[in-house]
Amino acid sequence: MPTFFENKQLVIPGDLLAEGEYFAGNNTYKEENKIYASRIGLADYANKKVNIVALRAFYFPKVGDVVIGTVKEVGFSGWTINIKSPYTAILRASDVLSRSFKPQNDELSQVLTTGDLIVAKVASYDRFHDPQLTVGEPGLGKITKGQILNMTPTKIPRVIGRQGSMISMIKNETGCQIILGLNGTVLITGKTPKNEELAVAAITKIEEESHTSGLTDRITKFLKEEKAKMEKK
Amino acid sequence: MSSLLTRVKLKQIEQSIEKGQRLDKRTLSDYRDFKIEQGVIEKAEGSARILLGKTEILVGVKIETGKPFPDTPDNGVLTVNAELVPLASAKFEPGPPGEQAIELARVVDRGIRESGAVDTAKLCIESGKKVFVVFVDIYVLNHDGNLIDAAALASISALINAKMPNYEIVDDKIVIKQGYTPLPMKDHPVTVTIGKINDKLIVDPGLDEEDVMDSRISMAFTEDGNVCAVQKGGAGYFTLEQTIEATKLAQSTVESLRKKLKW
Amino acid sequence: MKDKTIKLLNKKGLRLDGRKLDELRSVKLEVGILPNADGSAYIEHGKNKIIAGAFGPREMHPKHLQRADRMVLRCRYHMAPFSVPERKSPAPSRRENEISKVIRDSLLPSLFVENYPRTGVDLYIEVLQADGGTRCASITAASLALADAGLPMRDIVVACAAGKVNGKIALDLMDTEDKVGDADVPVAYMPNLNAITLLQMDGKLSTKEFEEAVKMAIEGCKKISNIQKEALQTKYKVIKQEEVEE
Repeated sequence: MPTFFENKQLVIPGDLLAEGEYFAGNNTYKEENKIYASRIGLADYANKKVNIVALRAFYFPKVGDVVIGTVKEVGFSGWTINIKSPYTAILRASDVLSRSFKPQNDELSQVLTTGDLIVAKVASYDRFHDPQLTVGEPGLGKITKGQILNMTPTKIPRVIGRQGSMISMIKNETGCQIILGLNGTVLITGKTPKNEELAVAAITKIEEESHTSGLTDRITKFLKEEKAKMEKK
Repeated sequence: MSSLLTRVKLKQIEQSIEKGQRLDKRTLSDYRDFKIEQGVIEKAEGSARILLGKTEILVGVKIETGKPFPDTPDNGVLTVNAELVPLASAKFEPGPPGEQAIELARVVDRGIRESGAVDTAKLCIESGKKVFVVFVDIYVLNHDGNLIDAAALASISALINAKMPNYEIVDDKIVIKQGYTPLPMKDHPVTVTIGKINDKLIVDPGLDEEDVMDSRISMAFTEDGNVCAVQKGGAGYFTLEQTIEATKLAQSTVESLRKKLKW
Repeated sequence: MKDKTIKLLNKKGLRLDGRKLDELRSVKLEVGILPNADGSAYIEHGKNKIIAGAFGPREMHPKHLQRADRMVLRCRYHMAPFSVPERKSPAPSRRENEISKVIRDSLLPSLFVENYPRTGVDLYIEVLQADGGTRCASITAASLALADAGLPMRDIVVACAAGKVNGKIALDLMDTEDKVGDADVPVAYMPNLNAITLLQMDGKLSTKEFEEAVKMAIEGCKKISNIQKEALQTKYKVIKQEEVEE
């Protein structure tokens, strides 16, 4: 039951990863008893499971994901939201107004209009229906301030870090609130623009160096140095 | 295709083929019965109608004079066009030829052209200036599967049926004389299409089978048994071994078809 | 119809450009060359110069072209007016329409279309210079563009033609050989599944020669496949290296 690559080795679609009693994990597929890569990425053999950490992918909605989207259109009973995925999401008026929606009284564009940003959660999605969003939980809803950062969605897990270690460290060091949309959009809100810039710089650095080791230590060091510089000025 | 009824049907076709039988009682290598009638359109220089199963195709040949292509000044011109007339299937729509019609015309064209079926060298009137232009127009009247084979058979039948006007040149002008001579031909290619369903090869797929099959391969053969045109179609694939098997199957089918044809 | 007087093989059995019968033209590939496309690739195959760009998967427009059970791949193969000796009208010809279709059919087996219902991927192929074998070179580049767009794939599709020149089976015909030669057999291939996804032929071959040509084309495909893999790895290795150096 051989495997054909080392952990973290670069693979491309069609590369034979393992043969025998293995499970096909993320970004792989099984043909008879052979497991092949289906995306460009880094091999990751975990026990009997073979994964690829993709270097290139698009966001695919999953129920429960927090995403950040842009209002695309105002409709009769809700909005369509661009969440940078193959499917446009829907946000129903009744979800936002938290009561039944009355077309004769409610002017939807006064609540949310084209170009507005929202933080939302994927409430439902399946093969036959476009993803439906909800904002009915604390911390979700229209974004009114802060900075937005876009990155490829495959890198969000690195920003989160092991058990959230990376992101809580950045929050502590910069004093910013950070919301990571799993669709690759990040919202950073801090007390001052300086704080926000610091957080943006740290996250950009993670994105650029996402597949190197010892990243958490390096980012901690980077933030401490930058903060020291800021204080001197 | 996603309705319950057709899903059941698709499964039936697959299961039946798995056992080496088809829903219309054919074996995997049986060709459907066909009937060809020539000279059905009096106004055309040549014509033929084919009935292959319920697939019905009418081909008309018109011969006019025109200019040769600059790179072949001494050869007549052959053009093949196909129309999937909307009355032939609910899936066909009016308008300019789509992808399917263009592919059909070009595959038939390739078989005729590459076999050298029409002796275009004999269609030259005046080198570089005037030649005969042969228009082959394929009209699909009913779609019951395997349009490529049916269109190819009907086209050759119509070309065999075609007559050229007699002419003479008087003071640089063409004067049409009485009577006709047959269109000069050198070969009679036959095309056979093989479909693939769950790794089984079937000859002459019908309409329902086309819905199930993941790919097809069409091969045209000359009278001396050479391959002169090939086209793989559909979203699936063939392995090398399947390709070789399909070639043999197509060749033997062409041989048995030739026995039925009166060419 | 075909001018058989041009000699395509010299006394030593070498071809017009000095190649042996089973020798490929040089193939260069680059991935990720279009900033606005989701995935892209550029190929120089002999004198062919071709760009492929992929957009999607994204919402399929117009809506009636959506398929409830799968992703739709749309493909446009197009030749620039200046790509051939005599200016080509920019309007798509029947030839381009047919090639667009067979290229699409050659790439579909590599994609998991059933995983992305109601979406569409648009693939645009522009031939900047043509010198025989453009459909094969287009497929080789287009498949890389799809991989670069992050689409899950069974394998990278690669394509190469074989044909017959002066009575001999030869690999990878260039324009003159294609026009004057006896036959051309373009083949697209997925190496790890031994799957032929494009197969066409025009000319005249015995069934034995046809089989020989298909096999030779597959060998050519395997060689180009290695160049393809290298090109894809190169783009993503560059990213990795930059990161390590810092």
